[in-house]
Amino acid sequence: MTRAFGALLKRDLTLVARTPGDYTTPVIFFVVCTTLFSFVAGKDIAVLKSIGPGVIWVSALLASMLSLEGLFRSDYEDGTLEQILTAPAPLPLIVLAKAFAHWISAGVPLLLISPILGILMNLDFHSTTILVVTIAISTPTFSLIGIFGAALVISQKKAGMLLSLLTLPLCVPILIFSVSAVSAAADQLPIGGHLMLLAAFFVFTLTLSPFGTAGALRIMLSN
Amino acid sequence: MWLWFHKLSTARHFYALATRLTPWLGWLAGISIAIGLYLGLVVAPIDYQQKDAYRIMFVHVPSAWMSMMIYTMMAVSGAIGLIWRIKLAHVACTAAATIGASFTLITLVTGSIWGKPMWGAWWAWDARLTSELILLFLYLGFIALESAIPDRTKGQKAGAILLLAGVVNIPIIHYSVLWWHTLHQTASVSKFGIPSIHISMLIPLLVMTFGFMLLFLTVLALRMRAMILETEYQSKWLRQLEESG
Repeated sequence: MTRAFGALLKRDLTLVARTPGDYTTPVIFFVVCTTLFSFVAGKDIAVLKSIGPGVIWVSALLASMLSLEGLFRSDYEDGTLEQILTAPAPLPLIVLAKAFAHWISAGVPLLLISPILGILMNLDFHSTTILVVTIAISTPTFSLIGIFGAALVISQKKAGMLLSLLTLPLCVPILIFSVSAVSAAADQLPIGGHLMLLAAFFVFTLTLSPFGTAGALRIMLSN
Repeated sequence: MWLWFHKLSTARHFYALATRLTPWLGWLAGISIAIGLYLGLVVAPIDYQQKDAYRIMFVHVPSAWMSMMIYTMMAVSGAIGLIWRIKLAHVACTAAATIGASFTLITLVTGSIWGKPMWGAWWAWDARLTSELILLFLYLGFIALESAIPDRTKGQKAGAILLLAGVVNIPIIHYSVLWWHTLHQTASVSKFGIPSIHISMLIPLLVMTFGFMLLFLTVLALRMRAMILETEYQSKWLRQLEESG
């Protein structure tokens, strides 16, 4: 079982490593999206500072969604996915491996670039740290929610819009608590509660999403 | 009893029953909505603070209840369809989605018409409004997913899974939005004092809710019949039914 998990993880990561666009595009999108908001806010530093955490967060969410569309695409089109489905390893575990690979290839780069964006948005050191912590807790949750959506739209040619329509409403609570945590940190308020709730969401999706995704995959690939 | 349910879950028996019940449901819905509107718009007293504007509540509140009830009903029906593989349950989901989305839209529109004179704004990012808006997005997501998958049965099953994910998330979304509102108190917005509603206003409200429920059932039965006709147009029982009447 762990061997299947490790093998799939290694395969997915190798595939990503050989197509650099897969992990660079979300990062570039993330930066461009955040920059656009700074034009909208004008030159007022105070405005930028107050909307900064939210802007970075929404951009991170959109960037993760952008990279999700192709999660099952090539495996579905060349029939690899059907082969994976016949493997003796439990399907939820396989889903988990894929979600983990997606997080490493799309979530971690966002995590690494986010402190720079925090500085660009004039956040202080403490808030930037909390921003990075919230992104670290929540990007795996995005990957888990997103993989569920990606399984549902697997047969669609242009799935990006539909995928966003399905998954973005489900991400609302994470967005709310992450931004609240960063704002509270900027006001020197305690943030333990927010972080614990974010962790709770992560555990919650970690438990349910692999089974939901496995169910969706079985339905979409059945004849 | 169990046998009766089983019989009803086949398209043929449901079709016959729905054909017989639809006119009754429709008339009852029309009558109770008419009575509810009369009681609400004419009989119920004027609110001392909100004047006549509060009367929009008699449409707004029942549609809000319906919007939530229909989503729950769809999720239950979707689960039934997935677990016992009953096609008719999936048909009910698909048929109910558009109606539920309409009730949600009615809730939002009437709410903002009421909000303009009361709050001075068409829209406030209040907890209830926001979670109702997200409910609308969930309905739209379901409809979009179902219509995007060409294979109808597959689309309905995928939709049912999405509904289950949504129904798990709705309480979480609702409470997070509530906390978000309390964390960022922007304006002190007064809301209905629902527990202390006067009986003369409560009765029309309940009559309207009853009427809306019947209206929902009528439209649901009509839409399900139409969908059964679409999928079963080649079946023998339908032709026999056509020849006999």
